[in-house]
Amino acid sequence: MFSFCTDPSVLPDWQWFACYLTSATHLSFFRAFGVVMLLLAVTAPAALAMGMAGALALRSRIMPLSALGRAYVNIVRGVPDIVFFLFVPIALGQGIEWTLHQINCPDWDQPIRQGNDFIVCAEARMPPGDASAWARNAYGFGMAVIAFALVFGAFVANTLHGAMRAVPQAQIETAESFGMTARQAFRRIVLPQMWIFALPGLSNIWQILIKATPLLFLLGIQDVVYWARELGGQKTSLYTYPHPDWRVWYFLALLVFYLFLTWISERGFGWLTLRLSRGQATAQGERMRKGAA
Amino acid sequence: MRSCAESFAAYVLRPLGRDWGERLLPRGLDITLCDQVFLIGGGLLWNIYFAALAIAFGFVLATGVALARFSAHGWLWRPAAAFIFTFRGSPLFIQFFFFYSAFVLLPRSGVEIPLGVTTLTMDTSALTTAQVGGLLVLILNTTAYSAELFLGALRTVPKGDLEAADAYGMAGFTRFRRIVWPHMLRLAWPSYTNEAIFLTHSTTLVFLSAFPAQQQSGEAFYYARYFVDQTFNPFIAYPIVAAYFVLLTLAIIGLFGLVNQRLNRHLPRPQRARIRFRPQYLR
Repeated sequence: MFSFCTDPSVLPDWQWFACYLTSATHLSFFRAFGVVMLLLAVTAPAALAMGMAGALALRSRIMPLSALGRAYVNIVRGVPDIVFFLFVPIALGQGIEWTLHQINCPDWDQPIRQGNDFIVCAEARMPPGDASAWARNAYGFGMAVIAFALVFGAFVANTLHGAMRAVPQAQIETAESFGMTARQAFRRIVLPQMWIFALPGLSNIWQILIKATPLLFLLGIQDVVYWARELGGQKTSLYTYPHPDWRVWYFLALLVFYLFLTWISERGFGWLTLRLSRGQATAQGERMRKGAA
Repeated sequence: MRSCAESFAAYVLRPLGRDWGERLLPRGLDITLCDQVFLIGGGLLWNIYFAALAIAFGFVLATGVALARFSAHGWLWRPAAAFIFTFRGSPLFIQFFFFYSAFVLLPRSGVEIPLGVTTLTMDTSALTTAQVGGLLVLILNTTAYSAELFLGALRTVPKGDLEAADAYGMAGFTRFRRIVWPHMLRLAWPSYTNEAIFLTHSTTLVFLSAFPAQQQSGEAFYYARYFVDQTFNPFIAYPIVAAYFVLLTLAIIGLFGLVNQRLNRHLPRPQRARIRFRPQYLR
């Protein structure tokens, strides 16, 4: 990175650290923090969409649809989530390969499960055998996003369902007496107002989502935990930057990173609660109305 | 192929170590359904071990931390608040890694604590095992989460009850033991039940992270992962472990429900707090 980094073994302390912390592997480590943020940025809307669909299904008057919603929410919430995080990507991966196999290779006569192997024809491999490393990583990451969205979608569905029912019933009846259809009343009355009721639950789920991100490591993605283990381990003099076992410092840095993340989002949600309380028929909203007058 | 009885004998106590059953775990094509059921079921012993001890120690510590956090003295509530924030604000998964890598740095010969007259040598080698070090992390973690619950309950102990205690001349520890503590427990118990459930679920993380499973003796989920790695079939081992955890969860709800009944025994039936399974999910 810096011009003086050609021979680190003779550098004084601060320059040694400057070079050490900007080595190529460290840059990958820093990029891994970006991966965490990316996962959060992608998963949050995906889980919200999934949860919205789930909540609408729960609300639905069509029997099979509401039963489906209930089954989804209850199954995901009843099983330890870590099981789900590991189960969904591998089961989904096998499901995709199986489906592609049925489509692409209808005349394949051997069984797919041979003993302990899962064998599909070459055209059904996902990702394809000749895919680049980048595509493989993206595929793994996508699987992780789907697993996260499925699990957190169930939690969000539950929260949103409760929030929809918390909007005062009288307002919906008023809307209907003005001649709005059920759909219009939902879109104009319920949807804009439900968020303040959903916010405590959503904030809780967001904190949990943040704390679930290190589990990416278990899915074989080179995330912050992977790099902390890799970089922190003892390095002998064969390496450019020899050092003793520094893992504890790397994990301390991760700990601080996550603490900062949860702290800042707590502040963020505090601000959002105030913002959404404006004009609401709640205690906080009433207080703000009186304060303004 | 083994019969079911054979695999029961060989594997149900295997999670306790090599001397308690077959030396090696079943591998590859040799794995039967019964192997999976019994080995994973045996691993549940460790889940119960971690959960029971962590809840027992965590309960006592959490009461102390909650009281410290509730205190009006800055030197008391500030450290307690920092403790709660640290352990609730960071992922348990990272906490395991952090403490493990800290524990391995401790000198193997033990830490010497000078006590003036004599020197106490503390043996630290056990801390790098999951059974001691991992348990310690779980205890600290559940202490923080439970302390937050207890704090919420302490804040909502009715004023009238405290005034009545004053009127009877109760003070200090007597007042705490007879009035504040039972009330705190009563208020916090439904959510504390959920905390216990989720602590039990998070015992699955112990061997997933840094702590090694010596002699391949791990908890239920460790074996489920082992089987999925071996057979590349997630549709058997994971549902088995999920079913076991559902049973364990029901057992906890039953057990904590009994305590809840006892805590509320003076109240008329409709006023009693009901325990509802309201997951707080992952930590």
